[in-house]
Amino acid sequence: METQAFQKIYTRIEQITKATITLHATGVGNEEIALVHGRLAQVVKIIGDEVTLQVFGGTEGIPNNAEVIFFGRSANLKVGDELAGRFFNAYGEPIDGGPEVEGEEVEIGGPTVNPVRRLQPSEFIPTGIAGIDLNNALVTGQKIPFFADPDQPYNQVMSMVALRAQADKIILGGMGLTNDDYLFYKNVFDNAGALDRIVSFVNTTENPSVERLLVPDMCLSAAEHFAVEKNQKVLVLLTDMTLFADALSIVSNRMDQIPSKDSMPGSLYSDLAKIYEKAVQFPEGGSITIVAVTTLSGGDITHAIPDNTGYITEGQLFLRNDTDVSKVIVDPFRSLSRLKQLVIGKKTREDHPQVMNAAIRLFADASNAKTKLENGFDLTDYDERTLDFARDYSEKLLAIDVNIEVDEMLDTAWELFDKHFKRSEVSVKKDLVDKYWPNNPDSE
Amino acid sequence: MSKKDNITKGKITGIIANLVVVEADGPVQQNEICYILQEDSRLMSEVIKVMGKSAYIQAFESTRGLKVGDQVEFAGHMLEVNLGPGILSRNYDGLQNDLDRMEGLFLRRGAQTDALDHEKKWEYKPLASEGDKVSAGDWLGEVTENWLPHKIMVPFKLEGKYTIKSLAGEGQYTVDDTIAVLTDEDEREIEVTMVQQWPVKIPIKKYREKPRPFKLLETGIRTIDTLNPIGEGGTGFIPGPFGSGKTVLQHALSKQAEADMIIMAACGERANEVVEIFTEFPELEDPRTGRKLMERTTIIANTSNMPVAAREASVYTAMTIAEYYRAMGMKILLLADSTSRWAQALREMSNRMEELPGPDAYPMDLTAIISSFYSRAGYVYLNNGETGSITFIGTVSPAGGNLKEPVTEATKKAARCFYALSQDRADSKRYPAVDPIDSYSKYLEYPELEDYLKKNIDEKWPSLIQLMKDALLRGREASEQINILGDDGVPVDYHITFWKSELMDFVVLQQDAFDPIDAQTSIERQKYMLEKVIDIYHMDFTFEHFEEVNEYFKRLIDELRQMNYSEFQSDKFHQFEKELEKIIEERKA
Repeated sequence: METQAFQKIYTRIEQITKATITLHATGVGNEEIALVHGRLAQVVKIIGDEVTLQVFGGTEGIPNNAEVIFFGRSANLKVGDELAGRFFNAYGEPIDGGPEVEGEEVEIGGPTVNPVRRLQPSEFIPTGIAGIDLNNALVTGQKIPFFADPDQPYNQVMSMVALRAQADKIILGGMGLTNDDYLFYKNVFDNAGALDRIVSFVNTTENPSVERLLVPDMCLSAAEHFAVEKNQKVLVLLTDMTLFADALSIVSNRMDQIPSKDSMPGSLYSDLAKIYEKAVQFPEGGSITIVAVTTLSGGDITHAIPDNTGYITEGQLFLRNDTDVSKVIVDPFRSLSRLKQLVIGKKTREDHPQVMNAAIRLFADASNAKTKLENGFDLTDYDERTLDFARDYSEKLLAIDVNIEVDEMLDTAWELFDKHFKRSEVSVKKDLVDKYWPNNPDSE
Repeated sequence: MSKKDNITKGKITGIIANLVVVEADGPVQQNEICYILQEDSRLMSEVIKVMGKSAYIQAFESTRGLKVGDQVEFAGHMLEVNLGPGILSRNYDGLQNDLDRMEGLFLRRGAQTDALDHEKKWEYKPLASEGDKVSAGDWLGEVTENWLPHKIMVPFKLEGKYTIKSLAGEGQYTVDDTIAVLTDEDEREIEVTMVQQWPVKIPIKKYREKPRPFKLLETGIRTIDTLNPIGEGGTGFIPGPFGSGKTVLQHALSKQAEADMIIMAACGERANEVVEIFTEFPELEDPRTGRKLMERTTIIANTSNMPVAAREASVYTAMTIAEYYRAMGMKILLLADSTSRWAQALREMSNRMEELPGPDAYPMDLTAIISSFYSRAGYVYLNNGETGSITFIGTVSPAGGNLKEPVTEATKKAARCFYALSQDRADSKRYPAVDPIDSYSKYLEYPELEDYLKKNIDEKWPSLIQLMKDALLRGREASEQINILGDDGVPVDYHITFWKSELMDFVVLQQDAFDPIDAQTSIERQKYMLEKVIDIYHMDFTFEHFEEVNEYFKRLIDELRQMNYSEFQSDKFHQFEKELEKIIEERKA
């Protein structure tokens, strides 16, 4: 960011901590940005003429006579069609060697959509992954995270969702991505030839952690541009929100705030809600859908980060290793999409809700049968058949490498019902059974 | 109402997030409203602490770009709402701005809109006469709002006795027209319009007496009405982890409860949930009146992405509107989702003011704040002998689903009904997931409510409720024994006890909020079904083997549930009932 004339420059810093500096300055606005020793900083506290700034790049090596230049505005992003296909850092500066983007400057972290101007989400987003489309259908304007352990392939699944979802723009916000994962995304998008509809804001583990705090706002400002100005369907991917929350706790700690649960700042709920609530369906057709990743430690969802997230988002998706079929599946029990009932059976085939419930119920029976088996009890014929069904169901539908249309998922489910069960055992409404049960000569 | 002659002004001397420190040049009052002047807007704020000349104010809007030295104007009064005809069916934000009248897709900072329509003419008719002696809260006249008789009252702020000097006759008036002139004891004249202001943090107490709740508030939800009924004018709360169905239960209450008016305070929750109400309520019908639900509903929306400080204001705004309508003799149900978000807003502020924290960093006076808020609900006898009520039900979102956290504990001390949502019930899709054993209603212990139930439902009703509670508890104990000792390690009787409680659970407690018939159950029907279930509970059945118990009771449950899904007393209903009798005969000892 270049300096301009008439900017106020100070050269005397009173106090330096690991993340903040304090100096005497006048005429400074709250949340105004500044350059401190060439690093971007933001005003977080003003008491009289004492101004405290949070330095995103960290304060290592900043001398107390460093130059502090105030910009007279808050952080912003230049938005325009040229964003498409580009990679930026957390400050919105290109990191792909390309030129600066020309466009309108917008403030990041801008105002809230008036709730009465929102539309109820009602458009189905197919991803081809049956564990999502069949059991946890996503809807435009929805916000939903993957709750995943760090060793699970959530970045792979996210990239698949991104490429298959029929979105006009995909905006990737990488927070604390390892360089390897960053290159993975870059390659996947490149190879798919989808670069022209993707915009990325990336903070890798090589960058200072506090910088991450800017990433979601950058992504969502870009998303709002495409959704509002161009009426496009925008999908925003945020990975990993746990690292974002960790950065929040670092800053609040440096500012001597009293921590609440799990050392997180007391404002964690509001901070996360401000981001996730940017997901919206606009009346003119544009929409912002957010799919995020929240990594868990040891699967603990009562930790403050997943817990607050769960209260904000509209459901959550869990991945699980199914050792019976040696594949990663979308866990049908713990995953939930709260908005699915707005589209399933309405935007998809009529039998969708019933087939979904029946298959999950049978899968639950299989898991009971498995418990019986482990406890050394005898299995009934029905138990055996549920186990066979569960293997097929995992392999052909729940596995994340499945990529088929919803109708095909439903047909597959009916075939599996037919293969393993009698009509009366699946307990689906009779008229649907009559209509969709495969017409095999040997079926009952 | 007098205005302060000299407006206190001030200058900003410090900014920490939405806490702003202002040096004032005159008197400042705790909780006074003030405005931070910006080029194109006035940002509303509230004084939350005064030290010397410094006023600590919380801004209800983003403080981005504010500078030291910016001008501040004090309003001379606390946060007030405008009360008058036209509040019903509106969608307000936490500060009573009419959201529908705001321009643009986004909420512009500092944008303010009128809470009431100043153009609309109301068909007015007087209720008092000239020469009458009146005091605050007395009814002067009436307009019809949607279909409710909206009383025009002597402004609550007037103290002492007044005489009606003149009164407008029947006719059409706007809310700003003078409809009465009152004189006080010193012959000073006061003009009264249909609008008045009232500070939200102060309860409106223009009533004669507030008895303990003694009437049942019908909600149509069986696990509440039958098992743990809430009294009209009572208080209750619904804690539950995410995904346990808090919001669905609140929406069900708002759709079905028997009340003249529903006020929903969406406090710090998801915007899409409010959008659901905006979309559905204008379409859905109130089963009792046949009118659209929106006609009896007012929504106060301060969703999680709207300014945090206004969250606190939003619940008070909602309560004050409720008190205003209660003073007209109406029956109000106030719902707040979720009070935890409000407590979190208090926590953020207390933290910024560097107050010593209480448990989990919440302010020390959290319990007192919550208690005094809940105490504003209640059933009242107005000065003219009429009655009105506010029943308040709040949800709580306990961190990590742990019911020992400060907000849940503080609320437990204040609210009289406790509807605990259980993760286990939600996981096994037993909705509504209200835990029948942990939940309670203190009103069942009130002799006056017991008398009401005996008189209005049945002499035996309270004893049936107790019987059902005992049966559910015994069922749970039996199921624990079965789990420990194994299916065939216990006598068959244990299985019967367990399945009798399961039958109550499936037939009475579980209810399909999305089925048009099952969603709403009248008290008459609840009585019919409970008696049926209790009859079965008293029956002796003979079984050889535990596997038969399970299978047999599933059949009974299925017939009873089919009855739940059928129109009450319809042919279909009786058909299932007959089937049921047949199945009962098979095994009855």
